[in-house]
Amino acid sequence: MATRDNLIQVKHLKKYYNKGAIRALDDVSVDIHTGDVMVVIGPSGSGKSTLLRSLNLLEVPTEGEIIFDNVDITKKKIKTPDGKIVKLNIDEHRQKMGMVFQHFNLFPHKTILENMILAPVKVKKMDKKEAEQKALALLKRVGLEDRANAYPIQLSGGQKQRIAIVRALMMEPEVMLFDEPTSALDPEMVGEVLEVMKELAQQGMTMVVVTHEMGFAREVGNRILFMADGKLLEEGTPDQIFNHPKHPRLQDFLSKVL
Amino acid sequence: MISIEGFKDTFEYIQMFGEGMVCTISLSALTVIFGFVLALLLAYMRMSKILPFRVISTAYVEVFRATPLMVQLFLVYYVLMADVSLPAFKLFGFIRFERFIPGVIALSLNSGAYLSEIIRSGIQSIDQGQTEAARSLGMSQIENMRYIILPQAIKNILPAIANEFVTIIKESSICWTIGVQEIMSAVNSVKAATFSIGEPLIVAACVYFCLTFPTSKIIEHFERKMSRGDKR
Repeated sequence: MATRDNLIQVKHLKKYYNKGAIRALDDVSVDIHTGDVMVVIGPSGSGKSTLLRSLNLLEVPTEGEIIFDNVDITKKKIKTPDGKIVKLNIDEHRQKMGMVFQHFNLFPHKTILENMILAPVKVKKMDKKEAEQKALALLKRVGLEDRANAYPIQLSGGQKQRIAIVRALMMEPEVMLFDEPTSALDPEMVGEVLEVMKELAQQGMTMVVVTHEMGFAREVGNRILFMADGKLLEEGTPDQIFNHPKHPRLQDFLSKVL
Repeated sequence: MISIEGFKDTFEYIQMFGEGMVCTISLSALTVIFGFVLALLLAYMRMSKILPFRVISTAYVEVFRATPLMVQLFLVYYVLMADVSLPAFKLFGFIRFERFIPGVIALSLNSGAYLSEIIRSGIQSIDQGQTEAARSLGMSQIENMRYIILPQAIKNILPAIANEFVTIIKESSICWTIGVQEIMSAVNSVKAATFSIGEPLIVAACVYFCLTFPTSKIIEHFERKMSRGDKR
């Protein structure tokens, strides 16, 4: 058994398009530890979203390994502890990884409450009453308990994203993945979403966040990854990355965004 | 000429129209069910990653849309089912089973082709992000289809489906050519017995209208009901 320290190990991850002509991910390796708030920054097209989406296999990598809970989830078949070869059920692993998208992706035909309880009830076979109570408690935490029976279209962008976060939390994930969670929001709504994320980080949730919010990265992140051209160019604490950047690409990037 | 007498004569045979109506409803209802299942399968094959599935589905749809329904019906009845001996009993006491079933098969095969294109366009109109959200919550491909994609897709394509259902009811009239005793067959019997054609045809038109109009209205009702999530 590996220690709980290494929650996700990414080894030599590659994602090529057009037979290698485009390298969205070019040999990226990184370990994500339990309790990490890892913020991935970098210019557009640098592969940060591809990396994040590879972690729960929304993007299937061309090469490399992703070891999550001691299982290489990039493999089609895995060996169980008692030595049997079984088909890997990616759905089971995805249940343990919450994901929040840039465009929220709430289910428009379901109410907020239905959005939240659908996966727990149908996938985890949680009791419906129990799921509803859990959902209401979570809604209260993000200050949206009065919108339980509203439909997504009736909410503002910031409210939608807060719902998307608690919807993912309903599954009690071991790690939360955020794919530019504030990029589609009006500026005045960015704060409320970051506030929820910050709270989550303080409660010890393991998080991987792709974002352009440098303030958030600096304040909440404990590890910062800088990516460009599909490569992981620099990694460090917020202080190292923002105050003492080494790589010229990072220095250039920071001069433009700060 | 159309006359009051003609209608009086026609109404002597009103029971045949009643039976014809039951037959048309059964024919259409079964066609809708089987056609829809076939359409789902075809649509799914059409969007498959496996090339042979896509080829089969595409070829099927193109062939069935490009040939007349009557040719398909005759092929099913006289060729495909020629050596199949169906039990010759009467459904509800008046529908001849061995003719009714080939009618259902031909209509289902035909409407499956049309419905599959409607369903495919509906599924493809749903944003990819919906699938990503569902899968990231741990739902399987099937759960995603059932709870997330199809409910939204069907809402979007409901008007087109209503249209297809109404078309099925009307086109089922072609089945009288293989001896299915639906509404048009009642018209023919009345014509043979009373020598009037206009009156029974008008009665038949009214009966068809009484079937198709409520059908489209009922689907409209569902459309409104399913659009709850669209209102601000």
